[in-house]
Parts: sequence; C-alpha cells; structure tokens
Amino acid sequence: MYVAAKGGERAIRNAHALLAKRRRGNRALPALTLDQIAQQLSLAVDRVMAEGSLYDVELASLSVKQARGDLIEAIFLIRAFRTTLPRFGASQPVDTAAMLVRRRVSATYKDLPGGQLLGPTFDYTHRLLDTSLVGDIGAPTAEIGGAEPADMPRVTDLLGEEGLIESAPADDGAEPFDITRAPVTFPVDRPTRLQTLARGDEGYLLALGYSTQRGYARSHPFVGEIRVGDVEVKLFVEELGFEVSLGTVQVTECQMVNQFKGSAEVPPQFTRGYGLVFGQSERKAMAMALVERALRWKELGEEPGAPAQDEEFVLSHCDNVQATGFVEHLKLPHYVDFQAELDLVRRMRAEHEAELKEAAE
Amino acid sequence: MQISPQSSAGKDLPARQAVMALLARAGIDELQAALERLSPVPAATDLRPAESGLVMVRARTGGDGASFNLGEASVARAAVRLEGGAEGFGYRLGRDIAAARAAAILDALWQDPAYRASVEMALGPVRGRLAEEAGLVRAETAATKVEFFTLVRGED
Repeated sequence: MYVAAKGGERAIRNAHALLAKRRRGNRALPALTLDQIAQQLSLAVDRVMAEGSLYDVELASLSVKQARGDLIEAIFLIRAFRTTLPRFGASQPVDTAAMLVRRRVSATYKDLPGGQLLGPTFDYTHRLLDTSLVGDIGAPTAEIGGAEPADMPRVTDLLGEEGLIESAPADDGAEPFDITRAPVTFPVDRPTRLQTLARGDEGYLLALGYSTQRGYARSHPFVGEIRVGDVEVKLFVEELGFEVSLGTVQVTECQMVNQFKGSAEVPPQFTRGYGLVFGQSERKAMAMALVERALRWKELGEEPGAPAQDEEFVLSHCDNVQATGFVEHLKLPHYVDFQAELDLVRRMRAEHEAELKEAAE
Repeated sequence: MQISPQSSAGKDLPARQAVMALLARAGIDELQAALERLSPVPAATDLRPAESGLVMVRARTGGDGASFNLGEASVARAAVRLEGGAEGFGYRLGRDIAAARAAAILDALWQDPAYRASVEMALGPVRGRLAEEAGLVRAETAATKVEFFTLVRGED
C-alpha cells in the first residue's frame, strides 16, 4: 500500500546535491567527456543500448556518466527517455548478410567462405592485467590485411543449401507483435520472444543459457556463426513513397546450431537458436540464442521441465528495469504496511499466549 | 501539417536514394561545408518543424525469416521547401535536427537539375570519407583472418 507522506524534501534535495558532487569525484581531475565514454568504454555503452532497447551512442554515453557507471541505472534512464519521443515508424528488417563485418567466427566450419575474422576480440588474451594501461599508452596501431572477400554467406545458409538444417520461419508479411505497444499474454510467438530476449538482462540470460549447457534442457549447441558489424537501417517513408537509408547500427548476431530432430514429414536435421543484439556483445547474443532455442521445446516436440524452457517465467523476469523497479521499491517507505503487520503479529502473540495459558490451566 | 506523398520521378529515384543515404551519414560540419560551397542557395521554409523521434528497428528470425522488433533507434527528420523550388527531406539516425534540416535543404537542391551536379560534387568529400572508413575497417579486420595450416603426422 502506498500513502502520501510529507516531509523529507530538504533531505532529498541535499541528497541529490551530494550525489552530483560524488559523481563528479575529485575536481582536480578532468571531467569525463561523452566522447571518451563512447570511445573507450564502448562495450558498456553497447550494453546500455541493447538493454535500454534504444540505439543512440550519445544518449547511452550520457546515461553511463549520469549513472556513475551503474549500467542498470543507465538502462533505466534510457528506457525513461524513449517514452518522451514520438515513433516515426518501423524499419525494413535489417539484412545481416550484407553487414560490414568487423568480426566473424564459426565453431563448426574451419574453412567457411569469407574466412574466420577474429576482429577486436578478448578471446585468446591471457586475462593478465595489463599494467601498460595504467598510463596513457599513446596511439596503438593495427595491422592492415589483404583484400577482403566480397561475400560472407551465413553458415546457416550453407547448411540450408543441403537441407541439413531447418529453415527460418517464413515471413508471412504480418506485423510482428511489439511488446512496447501492447500487453503480453502467454503463450507468445517467436518474434515476441526474440524482442523480449533482445532487451533482456545479459546476466540473467547468461545464467539461463549456462543452465541449458549443464543439462537443464540440453540442446547440444554449436556456434554456427557469430558476426559483429554494421547493418544498414532503411525506413519506408510514407510522405515520400519510397525507402530511405537512415544510416547504420552495429549489431552482434549468433546463429546457434543445435541437436537434430526428424519426424514423419522431415528427415533428421539440425535445429536453430537465434541471437541478435545491438552493439558488440557476443556473450549476450550467444546466451540469447541458447535460451531462444530452449523456449522452442514445444514446437520441436521436446520434453519440458527445465527453467529455461518455461516461457512465462523466462520472459516475465528477463527485463532488468522491471526487475530492479520491483526489487528496489522495497526500500521505499512501507511504514503503514509495516504498522499493520506489526499490529497483526502483536495480536497473534497475545492470542498465542492466551492459548498457552489456557492449556496450562 | 499534411504533406502529400511525392510521386518521385522513377528514373531518378535510385540516384536520389543514394544521395539521401549519403546525407544521412554526413556530419553537420560536412553538410554545412557543402551548403557553403553551393551558396547562395534559395531560402528554405520548414514544411514541418525539424524533430527527433524513434524508429523501431526490425530484424529477421534466423537472419532471413519472419521479422521481429529488435529495438528502437533515435531518428532526426526535417522537411523543407525552397523558395521557388522543390520539397526536400532529411531522415537520419541520431537526434541532430540541424543536420537533418541541412540534409533536407541539400535534398531539395539536388532535385533541381541546375544544382544536381554541384550538390553531388559538394558531397564528394563525404563520399570519400565514408569509403575510406569502410575500407579501413575491412583492411584491419582482414588482418585478423585466421590462416589454418595442417600439421602433418610423420607416420609413414
């Protein structure tokens, strides 16, 4: 129960002033610029854009600064901001096959067309703290490689040509459900799951994805392909009557290739889980693909029972803004509720004592 | 204000889409530099105040299947009419409404055959920068390509 209470205005004002002072930290040091955050903490910015579900590097950098590096707080700020803007429309679906690739690896094919491109990865680093970064390391340079192959087909397309993997669900031209526009009722379709997972909490999805590897809805996953890069966003503009290119956004895509399945109609073939996230975030894209695959148990005729397969549970708890709102509201005043419970406990104790006394007599 | 859909001349459409794509990727400084090169240009009035908003970015299940909503992106847009000239539109990712308006003016100028060649020329540096940046990404990424070699076992 919430009741209006007065008082505390001065304390709140002063607390916010103190927050501003602590956020700035030691004034002898230069203030962080948004460009510095965008350039040098870019993966934090990417996470805020992915889970804030709003692609805007400058705003995400501002939110990271304002939130003192608390990324869930930053995501909350982004979600709140997006409600202030009108929606101009929905883009044409982005084409990840036409991506300007910055990284692309496959764990299933050594020699895939286009090759394995490691890009700027933490993989194969020794995870030893690099003390050279304590100071300014100057301007590192990168090597320049040979000619880039023009075509980089998706691994799932290669498998698909042989019919060894299920094809993606066909586009029937229907408008996909939008969880930001209408309340969700379960069960939901696959596009709704994908939208929910794409903005879901990375840690939560990582834990659920991990659980599927440990035997809770095991699906024998292989990373068919991970690609990171820039995709073009195109909008059909009604007032112009044609499609306009708005620029590019960076995304990470994970094609998980999973255990096979056959039936009377379909010969045995691999199945798929899909992950797609704003920014560079392989961990999130991979976890999303694992969970997305686990949620498809019914469609694929698998046994239910694992947490990662429980659609309502998984999707209802993956939004960290909702989760933090509900958990953190517990610290707000609940004086009246608590008074009521206190009275109740006192009355129960009095009754309990009276019963004991009666029994003793 | 209601703006009637334009029946764009079919044969010019791909070229106009290409120039609008270029304008969407040009920075405000680049757009202003292009306008300066073309000056004097006719006065522009807003058909609608330049504004920022959102576009829901869609993707496809599995990369090639049914579409789903990935998340939103901020978009700035502007619509102008040049004095005695065409209507121009600017649509771009981000919230830079001044850049969207400058792009709209350049789009309107481009539609005037008298200006088209000089607009294309003024945007040459943008085209060059974008090609250079994409080329650098490709070349740097290509340098991280794995070259496998097979270890031969000396059994026979």
